[in-house]
Amino acid sequence: MIQDLFSVTVLIGILASGIRLATPYLYAAIGETFSQRSGVLNLGVEGQMLLGAFAAFYVSLRTGNLWLGLLTAMLVGAVMGLAMAYVTVNLQAQQGISGIGFYLFGLGMSDLLFQKLMPTVETIRGFPRIYIPGLSDIPGIGEIFFSQNILVYSAYLLVPVAWFVLNKTTLGLKIRAVGENPDAADSLGVSVARVRYFTIILGGTLSGIAGASLSIALLNVFQQNMTSGAGFIAVALVYFGAWRPIGVLGGALLFSMVNALQLWVQVLNIPIEPEIAVMMPYVLTILVLVATVSRVRAPSALTKPFEREN
Amino acid sequence: MAESTLAKKRTSWRIKLEPRLDEPPAWYPAMVSLGAVVVALILGGVMISVAGGDPFLSYAHIARASFGDIGVLSDTIVKATPIILTALACSVAFRMKLWNIGAEGQFIMGAWGASAIVLAPVLPAETSRWLFIPVMALAGIAAGAAWGFVPGYLKAKFNVNEIISSLMLNYIAISWVNYWVFAVWTEGGFQMSPKFPVGASLPRLSEYADSFPVLRGLTTHGGLLFGIAAAIILWFIVYRSRWGYEIRLIGDNPRAANYAGINIARNTILVMALSGALAGLGGMSEVAGVVRRLQTAPIAAGYGFTGIIVAWLAKLNPLVIILVSILFGALILAGREIQPSGIPKMIQGTILVCLIASDFFLRYRVRIVKGVEE
Repeated sequence: MIQDLFSVTVLIGILASGIRLATPYLYAAIGETFSQRSGVLNLGVEGQMLLGAFAAFYVSLRTGNLWLGLLTAMLVGAVMGLAMAYVTVNLQAQQGISGIGFYLFGLGMSDLLFQKLMPTVETIRGFPRIYIPGLSDIPGIGEIFFSQNILVYSAYLLVPVAWFVLNKTTLGLKIRAVGENPDAADSLGVSVARVRYFTIILGGTLSGIAGASLSIALLNVFQQNMTSGAGFIAVALVYFGAWRPIGVLGGALLFSMVNALQLWVQVLNIPIEPEIAVMMPYVLTILVLVATVSRVRAPSALTKPFEREN
Repeated sequence: MAESTLAKKRTSWRIKLEPRLDEPPAWYPAMVSLGAVVVALILGGVMISVAGGDPFLSYAHIARASFGDIGVLSDTIVKATPIILTALACSVAFRMKLWNIGAEGQFIMGAWGASAIVLAPVLPAETSRWLFIPVMALAGIAAGAAWGFVPGYLKAKFNVNEIISSLMLNYIAISWVNYWVFAVWTEGGFQMSPKFPVGASLPRLSEYADSFPVLRGLTTHGGLLFGIAAAIILWFIVYRSRWGYEIRLIGDNPRAANYAGINIARNTILVMALSGALAGLGGMSEVAGVVRRLQTAPIAAGYGFTGIIVAWLAKLNPLVIILVSILFGALILAGREIQPSGIPKMIQGTILVCLIASDFFLRYRVRIVKGVEE
């Protein structure tokens, strides 16, 4: 029973699915990191993911081209991001609340399209595993790290890229400046509006990919409300990871490993209440927020609309 | 500059934004909100068409399926009842600019707390309604308040963002209730508890059909009275009490409130607990009035989020919330039958986005000016 959990095969299984399941969190949370670093809280991630998941699934199914599906998901996410950017940047809407609106929109719209366009439940052959030559043959390690599909690999690649962009490029400097002190950035000639449009649309695009990773790379189906909160968790992960891509990676892995563990606990019929296990990452997120809040500071302008002083 | 003004002088029309300095007339906010809803319904209609549906048919169906006769009207009110309470919960927190988006979780915990009285059991099954219902209501209020207290306390003491903490608490509440339903109170392994005894259920109109035949089959239950009473009490608290004045002042101008010696930390905790208590009462009313048993978490069915929209649309006014809740109850009820599903959620989302965006027009005056451009 409980010792089954510690057999090597199961352990490898848990780690491999944990690595895989972190994928949607990573895309969505890295995108959210960009928008929050520029001072915008996008709570609509969940809705963007759902529409992205549907778009990717539907287009892939109809055209037989997964890449086209992925591209559509990115486009849908970007359009949602554009709408969000207009509402938050131009109309200066309260971000926490308008995000819930975008969430409900995505939830309802993806369901509506699903019901209208897909009379029967279908599954799809998603992105195949890529076995990295040589490395994938290493026992254990190979299955965990080097036998995943392309969207999983690129999710992990995104972490150092995001770190580099945020910390080592002029663009990253502008993003951070706009998030910390938009007035100063503005007086130095940085267009606060343009930077925020960019990060929100980037966030939407990545959320679209996050949704697509669920529907055409991990689960290979579409269901109503299939993200079941992953988008909101992604938002929390940005806080959890203290607005740093590497911290976000840690949080994403924690959540996904617990998810994987809980799946295996059910498979092996181990008498641990799965509900209690499911609860743990959320409790931990709150505890981490409490523990780090004195040391880590949120971007100063987070959730504050920018208005140029005349 | 002077010489170029002459050179580039030309007449043009342009949109000019001016901050509103004066208070707009009383009807103006209502008109802006109405305009936002109309725009949202049009956008929603476009979306329905995009998906290949007929928006006119869908809207007509919503109207018919929720107000068509007294039976469906009664069902609409049943749907509106939990929304009244979650919207009141959101309104009092929003009034202080506390973004409690955890009404969903507080609602679920309220349902759990009330159910615990029946299922633990705290009171025996044959207890009379007169004792059962008040105790269950108090338990629901307490559990919801506890769930609101946590993000309030964390905000006040550690400055933890209440949006994130209340969101996390939603998921914890779902797991918590799932645990009790599956592991402790399950009825034969199903995802529901045994049915509550009659004493533990809120009376429905149909129970009085013997004396008043017109009430036959009507499902409206006593929870509506909770909602109305709570709205009236909250109205007095917010607009007529010293505490309400403090809440409004903190919301409008925290710095002035601080100078005035108002304890912001204490009010943060109290208001979040009050917000949770109201949502918790909503959860109690739902289990005791509609479901009459504890089920897994979809019991909240998004009422917490709908409450956000309703609170905003009602401009946080507790009495207006009652009316707006009925409209949204209609939307949700129609969503039960309307094909394809998803329309009500999509429309709710569109309405919320348009509403929030429309606040812009309360703060700014948009003018199309014929101007001499420099």
